[in-house]
Amino acid sequence: MSMISGLLEYLRGDTKKTAVIAKERLQIILAHERAGRGGATPDYLPALQEELLMVIAKYIHVDRELIKVQLEKHGEYEVLELNITLPENAHNS
Amino acid sequence: MPRIIVVTSGKGGVGKTTTSASFSSGLAMRGNKTVVIDFDVGLRNLDLIMGCERRVVYDIINVINGEVSLKQALIKDKNCDNLFILPASQTRDKDALNLEGVERILNELKESFDYIVCDSPAGIESGAFTAMYFADEALVVTNPEVSSVRDSDRILGILAAKSKRAVEGQEPIKEHLLVTRYDPKRVEAGEMLSVTDIQEILRIPLIGVIPESESVLLASNSGTPAIHQEKSDVAEAYRDVVARFMGEELPMRFLTAEKAGFFKRIFGGR
Repeated sequence: MSMISGLLEYLRGDTKKTAVIAKERLQIILAHERAGRGGATPDYLPALQEELLMVIAKYIHVDRELIKVQLEKHGEYEVLELNITLPENAHNS
Repeated sequence: MPRIIVVTSGKGGVGKTTTSASFSSGLAMRGNKTVVIDFDVGLRNLDLIMGCERRVVYDIINVINGEVSLKQALIKDKNCDNLFILPASQTRDKDALNLEGVERILNELKESFDYIVCDSPAGIESGAFTAMYFADEALVVTNPEVSSVRDSDRILGILAAKSKRAVEGQEPIKEHLLVTRYDPKRVEAGEMLSVTDIQEILRIPLIGVIPESESVLLASNSGTPAIHQEKSDVAEAYRDVVARFMGEELPMRFLTAEKAGFFKRIFGGR
């Protein structure tokens, strides 16, 4: 890392190390993949995602890529996570 | 009771063959009768790393097909008295390696060896499956890098679900995490996953950490397993791994960056 980019990063307060990012990304993807093993993922998940998409699309114009449905296991609980990133002009449509 | 150990990783290029060569040599150096088998049919390389490529006459497929005896195909290692190598076939189709044939060979080897080390090919195809199927223990070779950690997790899932021990409901395969190509300097700079990070993610016991080193290439250039290199961190790290595998309790080494000495700082060098 050059001195200038290091300084810029410091000024922006953007100091998250890549190793930390790597760990977080791995924890998320592996939780997802482990849940998928051994038939733990319910087969209704893709259909549910499709239908949710259709409902949302009726009201807001969103990019399909920006919608994510995930089922995560936290101990005994399963959490259904729906993540929708709204485009900036979503309110105008 | 003889033990079968698979050296596996999922991802290629992380150090499976390097590890198989050094680990099996280390076991033999401690007086254990050891055989190391190359399961990478079509892409054999263990012979090159062990430096016996010019002595390969027959291979594992010849034995499975009953063309030669096991004794004819085994190559005696040039460095260790107690070590033998069973090469993979370079020319045959990888499907020639069937489970029944492999089981027959393993049973025969169990009669005269203490440890049978299986060098798995990369991937999760039939070759990798055959290499791990009969294992009692697994060395899961992982680099501190996202794709390698993910693939190791995948392999752990397969060991736990598809191996003979899993299918027959026996005691599960004993898993060991081996982190290779570790660079403590980059870890301290926050540029590389730490051993603790990897352990936290994969959740299996750590058997050792092999530092990133130039000596691995030197070892493969000359066809002498890295564990034989003198004054090398890698050789010492592999000897530690073997000692821990045999039940010794040793502290982990090579986890912190070496502070450059005065001369090194003045004159550079690595």
